[in-house]
Amino acid sequence: MSLALDLALCALILGVSLAAVAGAGVFRAVIFFITYGLFVAIGWARLGAYDVALAEAAIGAGLTGVLLLTAQGRLRRVQADRTERPGAPLPAALAGGAVTLALAWAWFVLPVPEAPDVAQALPQSGAGNPVTAVLLNFRAWDTLLESIVLLAALLGVWMLARDADWDAPLGPRYHARPSGVLAYFGRVLPPIGLIFGVYLVWAGTETVGGAFQGGTVLAGVVLVAMMAQVLPPPRASKRLLRAALVLGPGVFLLSGLAAAALGGSFLSLSAALAKPAILIIEAALTVSIAVTLALLVIGPAEAPEPAP
Amino acid sequence: MSLTVFALTGAALVGLGVYGLLALPHLLRRVIAFNLTGSGLFLFFGAAGARGGAVDPVPQALIITGIVVALSASALAVGLVVALARSSGKVVLPDEDPAP
Repeated sequence: MSLALDLALCALILGVSLAAVAGAGVFRAVIFFITYGLFVAIGWARLGAYDVALAEAAIGAGLTGVLLLTAQGRLRRVQADRTERPGAPLPAALAGGAVTLALAWAWFVLPVPEAPDVAQALPQSGAGNPVTAVLLNFRAWDTLLESIVLLAALLGVWMLARDADWDAPLGPRYHARPSGVLAYFGRVLPPIGLIFGVYLVWAGTETVGGAFQGGTVLAGVVLVAMMAQVLPPPRASKRLLRAALVLGPGVFLLSGLAAAALGGSFLSLSAALAKPAILIIEAALTVSIAVTLALLVIGPAEAPEPAP
Repeated sequence: MSLTVFALTGAALVGLGVYGLLALPHLLRRVIAFNLTGSGLFLFFGAAGARGGAVDPVPQALIITGIVVALSASALAVGLVVALARSSGKVVLPDEDPAP
């Protein structure tokens, strides 16, 4: 029975991904990609990886969907959304097929490695959720560098602004009808999202959730509020904004250095201090993740277009 | 058995993404294809990490990291596409433009 469910789910995943790649029209491709993200999130839940399922639904389907939809809307004005023939379909199909076959071969041939059991070390980690323990304690290096990658990507996006626009508010100007659906959601959703996002972060140390999933929900709150014009778009030069961006990586780095100064090694958390340290790092990371992700989706600074 | 189904789905998604990345001229569709490749690899990796019974938390944490990095890379890519469209009026690369 459960195998039948997984087979049907995987058929759906492959169907919508095929439609996203081969379907006619960019708008349709974007919609199918968002649907794909939601199906894959269900797949992760079926695999028992609930933290990944939350991240995929919030980031893969949610934020990436907003990013692609906004871009599609702007590109439509530049170039007609005409159906295009794929260039060189045969070599591309051969390359794609070869990669798939190689991976399928690897699946059946490669042995199962002897993995160290995280559960044994969990009591010393300061977190009850093994995924949080890996993210913020055992493999803290990855997470620290990831938070810096986010900053680097945001700097890259900001640099795409025209010189004259540098001091303008970030992102395109959104228009929401005062009595429309967006304006309504812009007032109703943020309080709910705020509670849910903070809950995900707080619960993440012990059960499903975490700084990335919670931070993404908070980024969604910021985005909805900006699109509904409840929150004015910020300027890149604002001090408070820049402080929020570096708060997470900064606190993470300082705690790593403090651990080294206290006699351990860089980024090692002693069992006694691990729990409060993880909570502080997660809280700081959440603020930075939420602001960085929202600004990544909003885009570079743009001066308002002159009225036609 | 279910794990094999998810792993093979992941493998097929990677291939589909590679095909889209090579064959589709519209740059926004290439960003979508790139995301499919990454997502397929995550699925393959996650299924491989679950072979010991329960899902191993180490691959889970790496996949969450990967999903966030994929979003930041996509945001930069989409920003570049929009900037190209703004400066040239095209959403395809110059040497792949059918009507220059």
